[in-house]
Amino acid sequence: MNRSNKYLKTFAITYLIFLYAPALLLPIFSFNSSQIIAFPLSGFTTGWFKALLYQETLHEALRNSLIVAASSSIFATILGILASRAASRYYFPGKQFSLTFILAPLVLPEIIVGVSLLIVLIQLGLPLNLWSVVLGHTLLIMPFSILIMNSAFNNLDISLEEASLDLGETPLGTFRRIILPLVYPGIMASLLLGFTLSLDEFIIAFFLTGTETTLPVYIWSLFRFPKQLPATMALGTILIFVSLILLSLGEYFRRRAAKTQTSVL
Amino acid sequence: MGKLVQVKNVFKSFGDVHAVNGVSLDIQEGQFYSLLGPSGCGKTTLLRLIAGFEKPTSGQVFIDNTSMDNIEPNLRPTNMVFQNYAIFPHLNVEENVAYGLRNKREKRADQKKLVDEALELVGLSGLNKRSANALSGGQKQRVALARALILKPKVLLLDEPLSALDKKLREQMQSELRHLQRAVGITFILVTHDQYEALTMSDRVAVMFDGKVAQEASPRDLYELPNSQKVASFIGEMTFIKGEIVGENKNLQVQSEIFGKITIDKSRVFGQSSKKMVLGIRPEKIAIVPKTSRSKDLISGKIIDVSYFGETTNYKVSCGTIETLTISSQNSVGQLSYSVGEEIQLKADMNNIIAFSV
Repeated sequence: MNRSNKYLKTFAITYLIFLYAPALLLPIFSFNSSQIIAFPLSGFTTGWFKALLYQETLHEALRNSLIVAASSSIFATILGILASRAASRYYFPGKQFSLTFILAPLVLPEIIVGVSLLIVLIQLGLPLNLWSVVLGHTLLIMPFSILIMNSAFNNLDISLEEASLDLGETPLGTFRRIILPLVYPGIMASLLLGFTLSLDEFIIAFFLTGTETTLPVYIWSLFRFPKQLPATMALGTILIFVSLILLSLGEYFRRRAAKTQTSVL
Repeated sequence: MGKLVQVKNVFKSFGDVHAVNGVSLDIQEGQFYSLLGPSGCGKTTLLRLIAGFEKPTSGQVFIDNTSMDNIEPNLRPTNMVFQNYAIFPHLNVEENVAYGLRNKREKRADQKKLVDEALELVGLSGLNKRSANALSGGQKQRVALARALILKPKVLLLDEPLSALDKKLREQMQSELRHLQRAVGITFILVTHDQYEALTMSDRVAVMFDGKVAQEASPRDLYELPNSQKVASFIGEMTFIKGEIVGENKNLQVQSEIFGKITIDKSRVFGQSSKKMVLGIRPEKIAIVPKTSRSKDLISGKIIDVSYFGETTNYKVSCGTIETLTISSQNSVGQLSYSVGEEIQLKADMNNIIAFSV
């Protein structure tokens, strides 16, 4: 191994430690028997996890988060499919312009998006509830969905659709039998990524939530009660693992999408 | 046997580009018909107009005396073999071949039988469960053929189906396609830019340039009697010599430096006859004769270039004028070979000369 490789390796390892070490503290303290979050560790317990089972407000927040994450990832993915299909197959005036602007939420600070959405909703006289959070999250996830679906649709060879029509299938049947199965891995990747993004999102949910809080907002509110801190750590540990699993699944589908499409050629 | 496909004065423009610029064609039932031309001549657009993927800007396409004006591609009696084969990557061979049967309401057992027959027809028996991604180029080609032929279309459209194959496989597929067409009796319309492919496979060929049909004829007529210099030089090679009309009655008398005064039958004169003409002759219609030959009308010349092609050798011969003749000579038994600088005698087959207007 030459010198530059050695430095690169050191850099990569340092980077990974910096990235994941803080997250590793969560599982460590969530099994620690002391209420105080500090070293040295005092003893092993699974009590904090058990305590989670009896917090009804937590269960409600979890249920809210699941509803929001499922709805907004589905909405964003449907919008992503429609936008990418339009972008890949049709020409219309202002196409490039609108495609650029659809991606704007990627770079806008979330706090700005949250505040402006709040103002709009209040001006319109709409109530703040879980559906306003779904709206905000759909907006947040859509650029990611469009990027994922765009690559799926752009790699779809148009002659496959023509071949299907040529063999007597209707346009709708062609969508169902050819297009959907070929972009399906992209759809799964978009759903999983969207779900994860929404599940973790705090700022927009914080601004747009009414009386029903989502999980991140609930966790934030727990910090006012130091006694709850170890249980929060336990909750965080669970969330990290769920997110990792969802992300790996999403990545698996994204790679499968890339693979089926290169083999088309 | 009657006209199966009729293209009537069809135009197709994409913005400022006139891809098809007034084409009329009649294609007979059971024919192997080729659309031949350089890339960008509109041949693929014409094929897509027949398939229904494009709508004509003006003009009409008829299949079996039915106007195709408002008939979508999925309802036309045509099937297509695409240039890149367009095999569905998520389906196996059998599912690809059976794809179009779903809408034909065939019983499942009959479907299985039809698929097996189609695969046997194209020489892929037993590959039913093979994944589409595991197929070679030639096999994909065969699946695309089986998938189209299983639906028993009135017309099979082939969009440069052999261009992606290597030379050996291409030649093999050319003869297979020809046999297949005879066996199933379906009308084939083939788009190709390869003149030899068009000549060897077709019953009839339409040569297209710039969105128009330049000539429509049998392969033999196309080669022997091209109606313009452009067609003549696109299909094989031809030497052009300047000439001048010196007399005209039943036939045409043309004077030229190399051939002297010759008589050309009116059926071999193309374009408006004017005083100046261009005479064309194919390289293999001129033979190098022994110095001892006492034949009349011999042309003497000097070899200035030799290209060896294996079965033939091409000579460029200067005859003391600014124009040179190209001669193609079969390297068969007993044939002498010549080298640059040699003085030789030539005998041109004057009956094979064609006159074009300038």
